[in-house]
Amino acid sequence: MTTKKYETYYVPAQSHWPIVGAVALFMIAFGAGNYVSDLAKGEGGYGGYLLLAGIALIIYMMFGWFKNVIDESMSGKYSPQLDSSFRQGMSWFIFSEVMFFIAFFGALMYIRVFSVPWLDGAGNNVMTGEVLWPEFTATWPLVKTPDGTVTQGMGWYGLPLINTILLLTSSITAHFAHIALEQDRRPQLKAWLGVTILLGTAFLGFQVLEYSHGYSEEMQLYLTSGVYGNTFYLLTGFHGMHVTLGTVMLIVMFFRILKGHFTPKSHFAFQAASWYWHFVDVVWVMLFVFVYII
Amino acid sequence: MTTDVLNDHDSHEGEHHDDHKMTGIKRWLYTTNHKDIGSMYLWFSFIMFLIGGALAMVIRAELFQPGLQIVEPDFFNQLTTVHGLIMVFGAIMPAFVGFANWMLPMMIGAPDMALPRLNNWSFWILPFAFAILIGSFFMESGAPNFGWTFYAPLSTTYSNGSTAFFVFAVHIMGISSIMGAINIVVTIMNMRAPGMTYMKMPLFVWTFFITAYLLIAVMPILAGVVTMLLTDTYFGTSFFDAAGGGDPVLFQHIFWFFGHPEVYIMILPAFGIVSTIIPAFSRKKLFGYSSMVYATASIAFLSFIVWAHHMFTTGMPLFGELFFMYCTMLIAVPTGVKVFNWMATMWRGSMTFETPMLFSIAFVILFTIGGFSGLMLALTPVDFQYHDTYFVVAHFHYVLVTGSLFSIFAGAYYWLPKWTGYMYNETLGKVHFWCSLISVNLLFFPMHFLGLAGMPRRIPDYALQFADFNKWVSIGGFAFGLSQLIFLVVVIKCIRGGEKAPAKPWEGAEGLEWTVASPAPYHTFTTPPKID
Repeated sequence: MTTKKYETYYVPAQSHWPIVGAVALFMIAFGAGNYVSDLAKGEGGYGGYLLLAGIALIIYMMFGWFKNVIDESMSGKYSPQLDSSFRQGMSWFIFSEVMFFIAFFGALMYIRVFSVPWLDGAGNNVMTGEVLWPEFTATWPLVKTPDGTVTQGMGWYGLPLINTILLLTSSITAHFAHIALEQDRRPQLKAWLGVTILLGTAFLGFQVLEYSHGYSEEMQLYLTSGVYGNTFYLLTGFHGMHVTLGTVMLIVMFFRILKGHFTPKSHFAFQAASWYWHFVDVVWVMLFVFVYII
Repeated sequence: MTTDVLNDHDSHEGEHHDDHKMTGIKRWLYTTNHKDIGSMYLWFSFIMFLIGGALAMVIRAELFQPGLQIVEPDFFNQLTTVHGLIMVFGAIMPAFVGFANWMLPMMIGAPDMALPRLNNWSFWILPFAFAILIGSFFMESGAPNFGWTFYAPLSTTYSNGSTAFFVFAVHIMGISSIMGAINIVVTIMNMRAPGMTYMKMPLFVWTFFITAYLLIAVMPILAGVVTMLLTDTYFGTSFFDAAGGGDPVLFQHIFWFFGHPEVYIMILPAFGIVSTIIPAFSRKKLFGYSSMVYATASIAFLSFIVWAHHMFTTGMPLFGELFFMYCTMLIAVPTGVKVFNWMATMWRGSMTFETPMLFSIAFVILFTIGGFSGLMLALTPVDFQYHDTYFVVAHFHYVLVTGSLFSIFAGAYYWLPKWTGYMYNETLGKVHFWCSLISVNLLFFPMHFLGLAGMPRRIPDYALQFADFNKWVSIGGFAFGLSQLIFLVVVIKCIRGGEKAPAKPWEGAEGLEWTVASPAPYHTFTTPPKID
């Protein structure tokens, strides 16, 4: 009887978390809008505080909402069908993230293949090159923009290469952790997951180091340094944010494992975090190839 | 065994009955019920439709005669911008999500959407997003004034300072759309009743399935492009500024890579609704079901490779213009398949003309007119003349108003008995239809001539020779706007009472939603039905 009971799909009772989340997003959007507008006018305002309060509220919401889901899951309310809803939901979410990066990669490709050469007169744009900025020469990395901002390209060796190795290794250790979980070897699971988190954190540390190197006097690679700096910082920056989120997810999983959560058969949350981790890894490989090497 | 499950579930529900069913405002704020959320989406979209319509009426009042009478040019720009944004993101899209919420679980025999709490979140983000957008009218900077397409540099260098609010409002409505779309896809993939294979799904379900996929694919692109816009405006990047190596045309490429699938997001569900209604009132099966599925999928695929037909005048290489012209014309093939299938469905059917059917037939004819003007716009050489004229305005209003919006009315009339438990007033419904039909053509048809004669869009004043047509267009606009109040009356009357609706009020209707009582019980299909 008890097993049959939950063969029906679990439709949760009413929940107040979504509306809390909606209010939080409103505070974030409205706060950020105010903050950025005030910044442009050079005034101080309450926007920044509203933004921070919104972020705090959304973190609070995530704790509450996920706690709800975890409690329901641990008390056996969920069916395999619901589990596959979660899995499919997560994979489509990752797909949407991929599309977000495609927007930026698309911009990078367009700039490199079309807009920069065109400014130098490529294709049928001879007069563009002659009339607008005759001195401009198309190069990539764009070390000198048409209006004369000078910068330097970031090499692929050194920090970026180390980071590539770190992140690729972390994807493998995350996979080992997953295998350990499926074979119910908890000590190995904790060890491999711990190593993954350390590698992720090290990656982020090196990324900060790389940014400070970029912002140094000798490199002068700023966010404002023309399209090379723009694409470099936005692509690596958004990737870094996703790595941060992925690391936080893995840390949460680590604590849940310490509390004895997950079984070899049922560990959707762990799998979702691990999928996410592999996703940021793949994005990094694309970044390494198209932003650093080529 | 089935009864065991049923009883068990009932008793389980019984225990918690009190804490599950909240009343008053909390019911709507905390709900996880797909029918509640569907109703909220539909009401929200109707309110947005009235607000967006009010803005349009101010626009038409200004354009009633040449010269500047009512509004300043800058405010006129704000009106056209916010009208477009509200109608696209606030009226049409949420209305379809409302239909999806109400009907999908019932059509596939599921107890609810796959992720009910996420569903609630998706909805409640929207009122906040639009509060920011509409609220910007009352801010110091004013509302966005750069057109709903927010081309750089209008939205960057020459922005009136509203860009930041606009960008963040778009971000959160994008989050809402993506989550809503994920919910739809997962529901359809995972929650179909046993025996309902993909090719047995109602076509309505198919169109929403494909639409949701488009949403997940392109809303992140929109998020990306507004992010670049934000950094260009406030943080000194130059994605869309040639001085830093970027290109304003890059903005248009990314925007329309989102924007073209976006217009199919607004029409594919309409195809689904019309494909449900026409068979019901022709008392025949839908002609060519599988060809309809493949046609929908082909249109969705093609929507990703035609975006630059919005940009023929930007000075693209010749090869690009030819490629995008031919791909665009290719869309006429699957769309033609659809139109012929609808006509073949009606052919020798035993037809009756209740309000949903009237709107559906009007949809087929008027959407086809919009499709043909689209074909004209697809021709690169002539597009140089039509570009940014009222011809374009006529084209997209024919596909969006007499297309998408008419299908929404058709669907609303069709399912109102299921939603409310009462029949709507057929006479008033027909009055609404005929008033809308006549006024909408008076409103949009002369715009073709205005455009061909060279009247530019988005300008508050015009040359004297356009005065006569503009007068009639404005009169049509006011009449169309006021006609929609009839719809409001019909809906409110229908909610409050009327003739009791049977479980299946339409003789020729098919689908699982007609096997449950009218109004549909709060929970339907807690145990899935068996489909043969």
